[in-house]
Amino acid sequence: MAERTKTTDLGIEIFLGHLLRTGVVIAAILVFTGGVWFLAQAGGARKDYKVFRGEPAELNHAAQIFYGAIRWQPLAVIQFGLLVLIATPVARVVFSMLGFGIERDWMYVGITALVLAVLLYSLIDPAAR
Amino acid sequence: MVAAGSFIAGMLGALTGLGGGVVIVPLLTLAFGVDIRYAIGASLVSVIATSSGAAAAYLREGYSNMRVGMFLEVATTVGALSGAFIAAYISTSAIAVIFGLVLLYSAYSAARPGKDPALGLPADRVATFLKLDGSFPAQSADGSRKAAAEDGSAAEREPYHVRNVPAGFGLMYVAGVLSGLLGIGSGAVKVLAMDQAMKIPFKVSTTTSNFMIGVTAAASAGIYLRRGYIDPALALPVMIGVLAGALVGARILPGAKVKTLRVVFAVVIAALGAQMIFQGFKGKL
Repeated sequence: MAERTKTTDLGIEIFLGHLLRTGVVIAAILVFTGGVWFLAQAGGARKDYKVFRGEPAELNHAAQIFYGAIRWQPLAVIQFGLLVLIATPVARVVFSMLGFGIERDWMYVGITALVLAVLLYSLIDPAAR
Repeated sequence: MVAAGSFIAGMLGALTGLGGGVVIVPLLTLAFGVDIRYAIGASLVSVIATSSGAAAAYLREGYSNMRVGMFLEVATTVGALSGAFIAAYISTSAIAVIFGLVLLYSAYSAARPGKDPALGLPADRVATFLKLDGSFPAQSADGSRKAAAEDGSAAEREPYHVRNVPAGFGLMYVAGVLSGLLGIGSGAVKVLAMDQAMKIPFKVSTTTSNFMIGVTAAASAGIYLRRGYIDPALALPVMIGVLAGALVGARILPGAKVKTLRVVFAVVIAALGAQMIFQGFKGKL
């Protein structure tokens, strides 16, 4: 029993490894594409980072970032890539939960669900400011 | 410029196993004069990138322990949320001072080489209940990996027991708070929790911790994104630089003089830490 659990663990881990790498590659491509575009468009125009102003609302919320990205606004494309990047560990947790489910390890399905709940709360909670 | 600095940070992070985050924030704030809040946002992004990017390579080797990782992630993600909330209420100078102290501790921990805790400890009740005990690919006396068995089954594996689960869990919460507050992976605190408290073998704790860092950072990144701390044009060079640096670092790792590097790295981050504390007290950050 214990040994079978371990081999399944390893199978899931390898799958998760690929998943994470794919997520990072997609994110890097998006960020890079948006970046080249942004530099081509904005040229040398540089923002002053010495003073913190906070980003405009259209770059802070998932739905608005996505909206900007499909309309090919360079900064929104970069931000969308970053969003994909933030989502890769979340996807990893989701698939780990499925993996524990396949092993019928309900205690760990529960623990993973708890982690997922915390992550989703941080990503979605409207009052988190 | 930022990309080149991030490249070096990523490379150092991969070579020393401490992650690039501890270098990114001081680099951006001290050398480029970036506001610490933007720096934290960019650093978090780079932390996730290196964690997820390296995970694929680590996972295949079968060192990491998914149950230990997932169980402790409960503590680190809740900690990361707390840290991100605290960050909104304390001054940036205070954040800089705390960051400096963490850097000094990381320097100390990097200078002291990791030692494997003794194997063959008795099983722990809490750990057994949580099914945390595991095994890792065994190494022969000369340090090389033992060959896989002829029937094609997995290589010989050495079992280990996990100890002091509550203490490790508590320390992981602290690691999560620091991660959420400072935008770093808190590798040093995670090693403290897993190696020292829970007696997990070094390779297992390093790879499992790398795995957890991404999830922990994702918990606070969501909040920072909505607060407007994550600037695309700043995160771009940092992310690309750190990723490229981590790739190159992992490539040259086998031939590198890791001991010398660790000492150099320790001196550099100790100096950065002192500088952060100094500037924090002067109120410049």
